[in-house]
Amino acid sequence: MTDPAPIVSVKNLVKAFGKFHAVDRISFEVFPGEIFGFLGANGAGKTTAIKMLTGLWKPTSGEATVAGYDIYKEAESIKRDIGYMSQKFSLYSDLSVVENIRLFGGIYGLGKEEIKMKSDDLLKRLNLEKEAGSLISSLPLGWKQKLAFSVAMLHDPKIIFLDEPTGGVDPITRRQFWDMIYEAADRGKTIFVTTHYMDEAEYCDRISMMVSGKIAALGTPGALKKGFKARDMDEVFVGIAREGKSLAE
Amino acid sequence: MKRFLAFVRKEFYHILRDHRTLLILVGMPVVQILLFGYAITNEISNAPIAILDHSNDEITALIKKKILTSDYFVLSSNLSAENEIEDIFKDGITKMAVVFEPNFSETLEKTNNAQIQFIADASDPNTANTLVNYAQAIVADFMSRRVNGGMPYMIEIRSRMVYNPELKGVYYFVPGTIVILLMLVSAMMTSISIAREKEIGTMEVLLASPMNPSGIILAKVIPYLLLSFVVSGIILTLGKFVFGVPIIGSLPLLLGVTILFIILALTLGILISTVVDTQQAALLISLMGLMLPTILLSGFIFPVENMPRILQVLANLVPARWFIIVLKAIMLKGASIGIIWKEIVILCLFIMVFTGASIKKFKVRLE
Repeated sequence: MTDPAPIVSVKNLVKAFGKFHAVDRISFEVFPGEIFGFLGANGAGKTTAIKMLTGLWKPTSGEATVAGYDIYKEAESIKRDIGYMSQKFSLYSDLSVVENIRLFGGIYGLGKEEIKMKSDDLLKRLNLEKEAGSLISSLPLGWKQKLAFSVAMLHDPKIIFLDEPTGGVDPITRRQFWDMIYEAADRGKTIFVTTHYMDEAEYCDRISMMVSGKIAALGTPGALKKGFKARDMDEVFVGIAREGKSLAE
Repeated sequence: MKRFLAFVRKEFYHILRDHRTLLILVGMPVVQILLFGYAITNEISNAPIAILDHSNDEITALIKKKILTSDYFVLSSNLSAENEIEDIFKDGITKMAVVFEPNFSETLEKTNNAQIQFIADASDPNTANTLVNYAQAIVADFMSRRVNGGMPYMIEIRSRMVYNPELKGVYYFVPGTIVILLMLVSAMMTSISIAREKEIGTMEVLLASPMNPSGIILAKVIPYLLLSFVVSGIILTLGKFVFGVPIIGSLPLLLGVTILFIILALTLGILISTVVDTQQAALLISLMGLMLPTILLSGFIFPVENMPRILQVLANLVPARWFIIVLKAIMLKGASIGIIWKEIVILCLFIMVFTGASIKKFKVRLE
């Protein structure tokens, strides 16, 4: 957080579907190299927010820049500079490991040589050299997930959006996945991750908690725990939920 | 462009690795054509018939002989009483009964008006009709030979079936199978394949990538266009070389309108995929919304002219109806573009409407 220029900057962002405001005037900043956790219950507006930041949906109002580009006018430039991994597992299971790498390399406009180099490097790093020709469907879930994460970073994006990357995954695999996230952050990547596992929130540098479209709390895990006089993030979440309820009433 | 090619290649992998679907797509039309060509035919030979002859004279004997020596009929049994007729049909083997009235020769000599009755098993109406027609033709032929100058005024009717003189079933099954197949491959498979990307979540990843949405869709449909084209080629080749279905008109024109219809089917598939989120929904809508109307209302099996008024109007909204008209016109009648331009314009209009609707739907999703 030494770099003062935020890589994601959001101001009063709104996404309305008719009268319903799925995202209601949220504002926050994410700094380069940070692991930014985006928490909230299902339906709190996390996915809607991430869809706007990745250029999938147009916001109703408000301002935001991602990697220095405006999300209204420069969505195409944003797409080139970000990585995205959705909550559903997102490689093609009837393609082999190498074919998936080649495909996504191609989609991001990498050259043939570059793809070859990166895929060799990636396979070595993940210890998947022997599996290069196997179909994705034959790999265990943990490997698939690591591969999906690596593929999302193939084109060296500045920031990676992970939309509930650990949904439905066993604790050990989750832990391993977070090791990869740390590794990427060490290499200077900014990680924007949504989750509803409260223990994962502890792994983040800073977190924001969304409750019915609004950001109810924002800060480091430590600060939030102190603020809510809580022992762990679960209690913080319960505290916020209670507050949110009383606000609503 | 490189992006585009990488994507097209991936789409080919999907198609080629799904052996079962591929086998169905290529095998089904082949089996259909072979079945329709060999097994399902209106030509009938050696149909078992029963004869009830009340008079048993020389003329009935001649007529019987003439009927039974034709290749169309064989005798299953000689009956002796009316009440046996019903029983004879029950086993399902005998297709027709021929009844001669008593004193046949005598009546014929005196009044020139003797009666033969054909009773056909109409539980299979097509066969019944055909058999009665054959038998009538044989008797008529017999009569015309027998009367030599006895009748001063005789009108001879000679009918000729043009464009399909032997009334072969394959002639209309080839165009019909092409239409169904194109609907299946181009519309249904495309909609399912796009829905699959949505279902497994890769669509989001693609949309978050620098590929623009129209590029994604275009790259997805190109392999299906090729596949459809290849399979239509197989059907046409089979039809022509195995069953002798003619292609009288210009081949480039035929292929051209086929591509036009493939594009139409693809736009339909894309339209369906914009409204569904799962493969199952895509499959269901394709089957109910595309296949049923295509089979029932396109004029492929049931003539549109014989339908109730409201269905006739509805049939006009089925794209396949126009394509079948065009196909038959080019293949069987050798029609040139000057004759079928109206149908082609209609097909183009369909394409425009479907494309417009898809774009609109897609935009709504992005807003």
